Formats: sequence, structure tokens, C-alpha cells
Amino acid sequence: MSARKLPAPQPNPETQAFWDGLGEGVLRIKTCEACGKAHYYPRHICPHCGSAETRWLDTRGEGEIYSLSVMRRGDGAPFAVAYVTLDEGPALLTNLVADDLDALAIGQRVRLAPQARDAEAIGDGPSLPFFTPSGD
Amino acid sequence: MSLRNAACIAGAFEHPTRLAPDMTTPQLHAECAAGALADAGLSLRDVDGYFCATDAPGFGPISMIDYLGLTVRHTDSTEMGGCTYIQHVAHAAQAIAAGKCSVALITLAGRPRSEAVQRFRPGAPEAAFEQWVGLTNHTSYGMCAARHMHEHGTTSEQLAWIKVAASHHAQHNPHAMLPKVVTVEDVVNSPMIADPLHRLDCCVTTDGGGALVVVSPEIAKTLNRPVISLLGAGEATKGPAGGLGLDLTVSAAAQSGPRAFEEAGVTPADIKYASIYDSFTITVLLQLEDLGFCAKGKGGKFVADGNLISGTGKLPFNTDGGGLCNNHPMFRGGITKVIEAVRQLRGEAAPAVQVSNCDLAVATGIGGSLGARHGAATIILERQS
Ligand SMILES: [Zn+2]
Repeated sequence: MSARKLPAPQPNPETQAFWDGLGEGVLRIKTCEACGKAHYYPRHICPHCGSAETRWLDTRGEGEIYSLSVMRRGDGAPFAVAYVTLDEGPALLTNLVADDLDALAIGQRVRLAPQARDAEAIGDGPSLPFFTPSGD
Repeated sequence: MSLRNAACIAGAFEHPTRLAPDMTTPQLHAECAAGALADAGLSLRDVDGYFCATDAPGFGPISMIDYLGLTVRHTDSTEMGGCTYIQHVAHAAQAIAAGKCSVALITLAGRPRSEAVQRFRPGAPEAAFEQWVGLTNHTSYGMCAARHMHEHGTTSEQLAWIKVAASHHAQHNPHAMLPKVVTVEDVVNSPMIADPLHRLDCCVTTDGGGALVVVSPEIAKTLNRPVISLLGAGEATKGPAGGLGLDLTVSAAAQSGPRAFEEAGVTPADIKYASIYDSFTITVLLQLEDLGFCAKGKGGKFVADGNLISGTGKLPFNTDGGGLCNNHPMFRGGITKVIEAVRQLRGEAAPAVQVSNCDLAVATGIGGSLGARHGAATIILERQS
């Protein structure tokens, strides 16, 4: 089975700060001065209230697994796709990196692991916001 | 404006092919159009409205109308993934009620087994945050199933009953891709694809297509076919909502379903037959709950023990074998959901699975990715006596 090819994200003016943050080991999301709610993925205009008064928020990069599914077939399998609910509120879609994918469970605490990317597969693209169990 | 009795489905055709290496996609659209028009007793000349989605090659309706040789005064290329064609029936009824057309043709076709097909248009705002994740439909729907199991104790065996019921129906369909009856054990022992979904929790991939003809009530009465009226319709979309609205146990059908039932003035208890989009077993389970056939979290119990099998179960579903066993042309099962509902209402389903006195049916579907952002469309159809 061949290695998994991860398409490199293409930063744009709306999202550049997010990718820059990951390069520094920080998961940066957007929050809104008008309604006080955070959102992910980052947008210029707040999806909760429509205000343009959004600003970047450095998260602690911690959260818990909302749901997950381990892909068992195809290139690079097995790998774990998951939603992680950040302590700051928003859930994000990610991959979980762990020695034992079968031990991962809903409700488990996880933390950002941007260094866990497969550099060969990504090439020159930015770091990716993978997560890993907090204990690891 | 209500859509109640605003239009009728006069023609329905499911292409018999499941593998079409020697045909073109436009040709499949044309053969489906011809089939549905012949079924209605109409011709290409009668069509004054045309509906298609992104499976139509080229410049959508502009390419296809010219290719098919149509002359229309109304077009609609609404796109909502696999459930689009359920939504097209409602949109056709809207156009007919507004006087914009009186004979609407809806076509779907594609050859995903025979050629590389582009399923997603580039430039989606979420792409940079999700493409590298490996969110295939398998993992997307797998996460929905995993969360439903976590919150409600749903089991793989219960999900398997959905596939078992579909296979019981498919054995009577000579065109079904998978006509063999399977057991709960067969499903849960099939290879794991994306936890907790096994190979037999997944639908088939097929070349093929289908078409529908939606007409005004006045025209329907002149045709030598049973009159199948639209009673109500609903549509909705749902997504992670900035990450604060994520709930993988509830689909957009929780909005489209009640809207359709309210407009129709009927309840789930009145439904004799249900066509329910079955890209995966979990897709069916969520929609059954969301449409109100059972309470949220009780779907596993509802589908177990053959309750969806025609003749023995309380709610006969997908009597053609559905996407799980029969056909899922171009990864889009919406049109076959409508087609089998029309067969049931006309009394033209396979005799072994025909529901007796089937005068009220629902067709409902999900389009897009259930575990990310998706749409839902629901229609309620009635046979006029
Ligand atoms: Zn806001």
C-alpha cells in the first residue's frame, strides 16, 4: 500500500495568519468582537453574526475528541479522521496521530501536534494541525 | 404559495445499465430522458422545462438542452449533491405553479465505473482545512455512526439490518447490482472500511442514470397513467456552523422532513412506503429519526428485526434494493428514490415487494457529506384515486 499523499493547503489572505501560527506551533482561530463567539475554519466575516470585527485568537491547542473514524483501506491506511472540540469552543476536523489508533475514543483529551505531519507526503506545504492524545 | 397538489410526476425511468464503458454520459442522459418521456406518454417536443445538476456534462443545461434537442422556457440547475433530484421535483412544481413551465424534464447520469469523474468543484473555502484530513465519504459517515453509537448505544448489528432489508428487496430486482440476500452476520463480518462502517454498510458504485417528468395537474389528467401528486416538499442544509453547531447525530432532514410533512398535511404514521437515501446504513438510520418515524436515538431499535422489509416490517423502504444493493448512479441516489416511490404508488413495483394499497409515500435524501456540510430534500407523494 502506497504512502498517503496529503494535498498541501494553499494559504490565502483570509487564512495566512492561521498557517503562519502553525509554523510557530500555535493553533490560531478567529473570534468576533461583536458577538464574542469563536469560529473555525477562519473567515474574514463572522459566520455567527455577520460582523467584520473578527480578530485572531491563539488557542491553547487542547480539546477532546467529539467523534472519529479510522480509515482502513486505501493509500496510507490506517489513519484516524476526527472532530476535536477545542477548549475555546469550536470543533475542528483533523487527524489523530497515535501509536495505537484502536485505543482512541470519543471524549479523550488531545493536544495539537503540528510536528506530527508526514513531511515527505506534504512536501513544501505548511504544517498541518494534527492532534495526539494529551498523555503521549 | 403551497406546493400541495401543484404538480404530478407523470414519467419515471431508471436506466437498466450498471456498467457502461461503451456509452457516453450525454447519451445516458438522453436515453433516460427518452425513457421517462415514453413512460409518461409524452415526447421531447412537449418538454418546456429542463432540470439538471453538475453530473450533466459541459455547461449544464445550456449544453444539455442543445444536445437533447429541447426547446424550453424554464431551466434550473440547482445542485445539492445526491439528493438534488428530489429537490428538483419540488422546484419543478414551483415553476409549474408559477406558470413558468408545464412539462419539466429532470435527468441524471454518469459513469463513475468507466471514467474518472470530477465530484467536487475547486475553490471551496473549507478546502484548505479539510482536503488533507482524508475526509472521504467513508470517514465522514463513519464519524456520524460512531457518535450515534456513543450517544445512543446504537450497534453495528442494528445498522446491518438496514442492509439486510435492502438485500431482501434487491433479490426481486433483475437489474440490481447486488441481488444476493445477506444476513446481519454477513454485514458485520465484512471488512471494516472506516470504523464503524463495514464494506456491506456502504452503497454500490454504478454507471447509469434516471429521469423524471413532472407535469401540471391538468396535463397529468390527460395522460393514460396513474396520477401521482406532490403533496409537500422541504429542503435544508446543515454544516459545522463555524465549529459551534456540530451535531453529527442529526441531519438536515430534521428540517426538510417536518417542512414536507407540514405542507402535505400528513404524518409519518400515514406513510405506506418510504424511499430513504442509503449511501450508507447510517444515512438511513439518521433520516428515519429526523423525519419522525421514531424518536432520536431509537433508530437502531426501529430498523432491527426486519422492520424495513416489505411484507413483514412496519415501514417498507427502498424496495428496489436502494443504493445499498441496486443502484447509485454517479454517486447520486436521489433520482432512484423518487423512481421507486412512483413505482410503488402506481402498483408497478416488483410483485414480491409491492406494498398493498400504497397511496402515500415519502422520498427523502441527503446530498454532500453528512459528517461535514450537506443538504437534505424530502417530498411526499400521493396517488390520486
Ligand atoms: Zn460575530
